[in-house]
Amino acid sequence: MDDIKGVQLAVFTVLFVGVSVLGFLASRWRRPKDLHSLDEWGLGGRSFGGWVTWFLIGGDLYTAYTFIAVPALIFGAGAVGFFAMPYTIVVYPIVFVVLARLWSVSHRNGFVTPADFVRARSGSPTLALLVAITGIVATMPYIALQLIGIEAVLKAMGVTGHSPIIVAFAILAAYTYNSGLRAPALIAVVKDALIYVVVIAAVIVIPIKLGGFGEIFAAADKKFAASPNPGDGLLLGGASQLQYATLAFGSALALFLYPHSLTGVLASKSRDTIKRNMAALPAYSFVLGLLALLGYMAIASGVKPLVDADGKPDVNTIVPLLFDQQFPPWFAGVAFAAIGIGALVPAAVMSIAAANLWTRNIYSEYLNKDATPKQEARSSKLASLVVKLGALGAILVLDPQFSIDLQLIGGVLILQTLPAVAIGLYTRWFHSKALIAGWCAGMAFGLWSLYEVPKKVFGVDGSITVVKEHFGGSAFPLSKLGFETTTTLYAGMLAILVNLIVCVIGTLLLRGRVADGIDTTDPDDFTAEAGDPEVTQLPELVH
Amino acid sequence: MSLHTETPPDERAPRRTDRSRWNWLLLLPLVVTLYPPLYNRREPDLGGIPFFYWYQLAIISVGVLCTYVVYRKTRR
Repeated sequence: MDDIKGVQLAVFTVLFVGVSVLGFLASRWRRPKDLHSLDEWGLGGRSFGGWVTWFLIGGDLYTAYTFIAVPALIFGAGAVGFFAMPYTIVVYPIVFVVLARLWSVSHRNGFVTPADFVRARSGSPTLALLVAITGIVATMPYIALQLIGIEAVLKAMGVTGHSPIIVAFAILAAYTYNSGLRAPALIAVVKDALIYVVVIAAVIVIPIKLGGFGEIFAAADKKFAASPNPGDGLLLGGASQLQYATLAFGSALALFLYPHSLTGVLASKSRDTIKRNMAALPAYSFVLGLLALLGYMAIASGVKPLVDADGKPDVNTIVPLLFDQQFPPWFAGVAFAAIGIGALVPAAVMSIAAANLWTRNIYSEYLNKDATPKQEARSSKLASLVVKLGALGAILVLDPQFSIDLQLIGGVLILQTLPAVAIGLYTRWFHSKALIAGWCAGMAFGLWSLYEVPKKVFGVDGSITVVKEHFGGSAFPLSKLGFETTTTLYAGMLAILVNLIVCVIGTLLLRGRVADGIDTTDPDDFTAEAGDPEVTQLPELVH
Repeated sequence: MSLHTETPPDERAPRRTDRSRWNWLLLLPLVVTLYPPLYNRREPDLGGIPFFYWYQLAIISVGVLCTYVVYRKTRR
């Protein structure tokens, strides 16, 4: 491999150590009486105002992996990679109406996780357990992907081997254990400041150096024209437009069902804070859109992805390599630190969210029914360590490709909790057992359809080689269902459709015949605001 | 007057509501972003950036505006 780049590594290390210290000090921020309850450790005391919520949710949703993978996708395939744009535009109007209700009902009833809500709303512990397990399974590979983000940056600095990642994760685990959600909330502020500086510098400096956007897009156009892949190009091919729209919409629906998005939402102090933030959060989408264009800048500047020891090019290295090529060494170091620190915030929030699911919906529900708040906090802290250890193990032992596949599957899986969680916020019409049946059907269909998607490589001679038989992407060809078309569709959309159909039919069949669970929420709960006279802190109500 | 003027709790309408005609405005950003034929072309470009890209970047402001207007109008 290349020599280690001293200046970059020094700047990276200083900033990384700096935020780690901040992470440990975060436990004293807003001085809680003690951190020994889930409300304090896992939700930062449910006290975050507008600014902190903006940084926390933004830092949580726009992960290091996004910053690395979206430009990499654009670099490889062009327009289809830009789906991240419509995806992050449509998510906020949806969240605006849906999550405000979830905040209210959780605030009134002391819910910590989406599964807590499902437990109370459907009256079915089984459904709540399914929602909790789905959340944990979908989140784990997402944490692993953050490690891939750090790894890409380290590779670009010439640092190879697994020991630096282990050290970085040990530090992350330690301060998350110590400070809970306060740590990523505080670090998110630093992360975002760095990211904004780097991105603004990149979109001003790099195009000037490369001769303007016209030149950049012309270079990309030339690359795609020469490539034998019919699916790439500066615009969407006719067959991929439906895929583009459904992937964007499906990903948006999945995004706010992930437990870590809900953790950020529940930690804010009022319903108004959530709603106000939904108008302010798209500032990040703008940054993400500009970042995505770095993929084209990498093409125009002739960046070649680093080749791994096994001879495969690692396309995730293109953004770090572009920074390294175009920026002076010290600023490249700042850019690398921005990505590296960008991995820490979501990894911390995700592990906290998964740990809360474990504690509230498995530990306290099945293993220790009379758990005290102190025991719950301890269980969550330990679980957050286990979750991170699992993610680390996945990266060290398994092929990183496996984590990417799992994350792809994770999006489809988490989408199957839509009827129980999001639709449940509006109506109690669905029978709880029909929701369970719908979940099973959606899962089965989703996994089958992803299994059926092969990954193809197009040769210069017009040949098509299948490099991977299964789990080769999320673009499900409708021809697999017998339709005579080349159109593809996001696999998750079909799966959620199957899920909903089963939910409706199941409800019609079961209503009045089979006993349904009892809804313990009140219609007033869904519109409650902080400071309402009747709103009380009742963290133990769900048990 | 009947003795039972109180409505049973489960039939009681919520004292507050988050229903509003303004919420329909939130559909606008969804429609203009999720229908690719609207913007899947190169011309007119903006400083060398094809329409496909700058349109979607510009649409962010439509999302922000709609969300903000609904936020102001439904604030209590």
